[in-house]
Amino acid sequence: MPINSYLVYPRLGEKEALITHLNKISECETLEASNEDIVILVTDTTDELHEGILQENLKLIPEIQGMALVYAQEG
Amino acid sequence: MEFNQSLDRRQFIKNLAISSAIIAAKTLIPGVLFARESDFKNLGDVDWNKTPCRFCGVGCGLLVAIKDGKAVAVKGDPQSPVNKGLCCVKGYHSIQSLYAKDRLTKAQIRKNGVMVDVPISQALDLVAKKMKDSIAKYGKDSVAMYGSGQWTIPDGYIASKFMKGALGTNNLEANARLCMASAVTGFISTFGLDEPMGCYEDIDYADVFILWGNNMAEMHPVLFSRILDRKNKNRKVKIIDLATRTTRTSYAADKSMLFEPQTDLAIANAICFEILHNDKIDQKFFKNHVALKKGKTNIGYGLEDDFQFKDKLETIDLDAVKTFLKDYTPEKVAKYSGLSVEDIRYLASLYYDPKLKVMSLWCMGVNQHTRGTWMNNLIYNIHLLVGKISTPGNSPFSLTGQPSACGTVREVGTLTHKLPYGVVMSKKAREKAAKIWQVPASQIPSKPTHHTVSMFRALDRGEIKFMWIQVTNPMVTMPKLQRYRDGAKKKDSFIVVSDIYPTPTTDIADVILPSALWFEREGMFGNSERRTQHFDKLVNPPGEAMSDGLQIMEVATRMGHGKLFPWTKENYIEKVWAEYSQFHENDKHRMAPYEVLKKNPGMRWPYVKGKETRWRFNAKYDPAAKGSSFDFYGKPDGKAWFIIRPYEQAPERPDEKYPFLLCTGRVIEHWHSGSMTMRIPALYQAVPAGYVEIHPIDAKELGVGNGSKVKITSRRGSLILKVLMDGRARPRKGDLFVPFFDESILINELTLDAFCPISKQPDYKKCAVRIEKV
Repeated sequence: MPINSYLVYPRLGEKEALITHLNKISECETLEASNEDIVILVTDTTDELHEGILQENLKLIPEIQGMALVYAQEG
Repeated sequence: MEFNQSLDRRQFIKNLAISSAIIAAKTLIPGVLFARESDFKNLGDVDWNKTPCRFCGVGCGLLVAIKDGKAVAVKGDPQSPVNKGLCCVKGYHSIQSLYAKDRLTKAQIRKNGVMVDVPISQALDLVAKKMKDSIAKYGKDSVAMYGSGQWTIPDGYIASKFMKGALGTNNLEANARLCMASAVTGFISTFGLDEPMGCYEDIDYADVFILWGNNMAEMHPVLFSRILDRKNKNRKVKIIDLATRTTRTSYAADKSMLFEPQTDLAIANAICFEILHNDKIDQKFFKNHVALKKGKTNIGYGLEDDFQFKDKLETIDLDAVKTFLKDYTPEKVAKYSGLSVEDIRYLASLYYDPKLKVMSLWCMGVNQHTRGTWMNNLIYNIHLLVGKISTPGNSPFSLTGQPSACGTVREVGTLTHKLPYGVVMSKKAREKAAKIWQVPASQIPSKPTHHTVSMFRALDRGEIKFMWIQVTNPMVTMPKLQRYRDGAKKKDSFIVVSDIYPTPTTDIADVILPSALWFEREGMFGNSERRTQHFDKLVNPPGEAMSDGLQIMEVATRMGHGKLFPWTKENYIEKVWAEYSQFHENDKHRMAPYEVLKKNPGMRWPYVKGKETRWRFNAKYDPAAKGSSFDFYGKPDGKAWFIIRPYEQAPERPDEKYPFLLCTGRVIEHWHSGSMTMRIPALYQAVPAGYVEIHPIDAKELGVGNGSKVKITSRRGSLILKVLMDGRARPRKGDLFVPFFDESILINELTLDAFCPISKQPDYKKCAVRIEKV
């Protein structure tokens, strides 16, 4: 049951769209910086299989400029 | 940030993940803000209460939510002119410092070598008896009190009145001696009055920020975010990081300049040389408002127990200044400082360009320095030469480390030589204190006794038999720690410690008194910009914990001095404030009334006719300044004093046996000795242990990498630590850096107790060590 957190950098002008996109994914929660273009993403998946699927899906999100893993725990 | 006390494990892990990400984001982007009203939606209907943060000297305003008698959430106060809604990681997690499991809630007394719980009244009885016995047997100066810049203003005032007015001893010191004393003596020698002439609003006007040995991105992150904000809004703004270590501040700066430790003295003089050499002096300002002086040289380092020093200033002329500065041409200084000739000329040009407003900012790099007073003088010299002072944006600004180093230690004067107004050596000041305190003037001794290092040396020699330590952790923070720990543990010494958690200092205590923390009681702090901030009691302290001031009043009453403290626990803060304000009933230092402080997010003194003062010594802004321009009224001649000070080397230099220089300091996540922040899960997780930073070339030569164990040895001791390379900072080749927050790795076992002979502040930034692979 992995729980991870990331710093996510949106593409220029795409922060709101990115947050909307991420929030549609049930395993994702976001926390938006109110004064900078950066978003905290927390993911909570049931097992390694779903974690792998989620990570592949995240790679496909076009609004993401880059993301950095900050915290990871098996849960 | 919201902290639910009954989280399930999964939610707890999620919160940890969020906290870790917030910390990472804040260290990458100082000032980034995540707190939103929506984050607090689960709290329901709660009151948000204002209080200043207590985790540095900036004095950020916080709003704290209270629910069911507990602090449950905290956010930056958007109404606070200090931080405008921002917080750093310590601020966001600050309320968790109240709730760790091992909080001290009961008094303890050492019986047969073991600490046992007792009712606090019994412990206070014992403290009073031991003080009385010691005074009766060994005299007044056998008892001492050691507090801190985290004392509230009323607590510091009560301590001063108790020790100096009631007991009649000047054995009162505070840990601000270890962090701010050089700033004080710098102010006093140059201006005759303590504390900055400017304020944080200078940041909104300055074009250039020159940071002297000051890692603001970690140590004063919210102020640094204001500087970055200023830069983002105005592209011509420049930040120059003049330091001995590459830090997060360096990465954010326009230019990073690394210098050989201690040569900042020479660099400052070289800047003065360049200003004069290029005829860029502000002639009118300099002629009308500056007097020229020189002091003693080759002044020693205070390493001997019987060390004594008193500076003597003599008047000189401009030719003498020019002759003195000939030793500090950029070419000469570049040979040993690490800066290039071009760097020095560039720095000078920033200071003398009439189109640029310049702020100099500094803190421990300048103050924890065996020539700390001199460095403060020299930065003022630069600003005085070019007339860039006491106007918006032109400001030499000494930053403070603790929440009330200014308000309590410097303004109340909880130091051996100080009174709430003036110094003990002054008959007028003693008479004023005696009148307000209603004690005979003869009760207050006219001679200072011990500064901090001297006080702990006297404890080691057995001259001080009783010491009461409040709000500080000297068994982590004293330099050359082994000597002072052994001294405190001597059989015939009696140590009382008031604190909120067990620490290495409570380990050596004979009595432990549980203290109330910050908004578990009412109080005031005074920050770096002369701003006094009031806070209400928001929650009850746990168990029998009580404020440090109340503890002192209880002991004073037991010793027969109750009539000096005729207040109740409900009203003593307001009464103390009214009495203390009598010491400052003049336009140079008038304090805001209690009811004004209660309503507002702080007021900057002098508070005159309903208005705070932003820039002192300038008649346009300061009601105490006479005439139409500048009036440096702290000196009898109405002038600021330009004091020539030479470059003199540090007492320990690298040699064959100890080829490295050790610097100690802090990290953004932890507050001083870590007794509170190491108990906050997110901050502990972020940096759980001390480490040593080493330059990659030195690491390669030593055959070590990240995580390798190394042994560091100085002439005073050895420690084993893990290596951290290029984590958040990089020292110069030949230098090492170790933070001091980890009580399991007491780096002060290795440091040297050399101090500035004028301020008596120790130098924690330079001692010779060797490093070996383990």
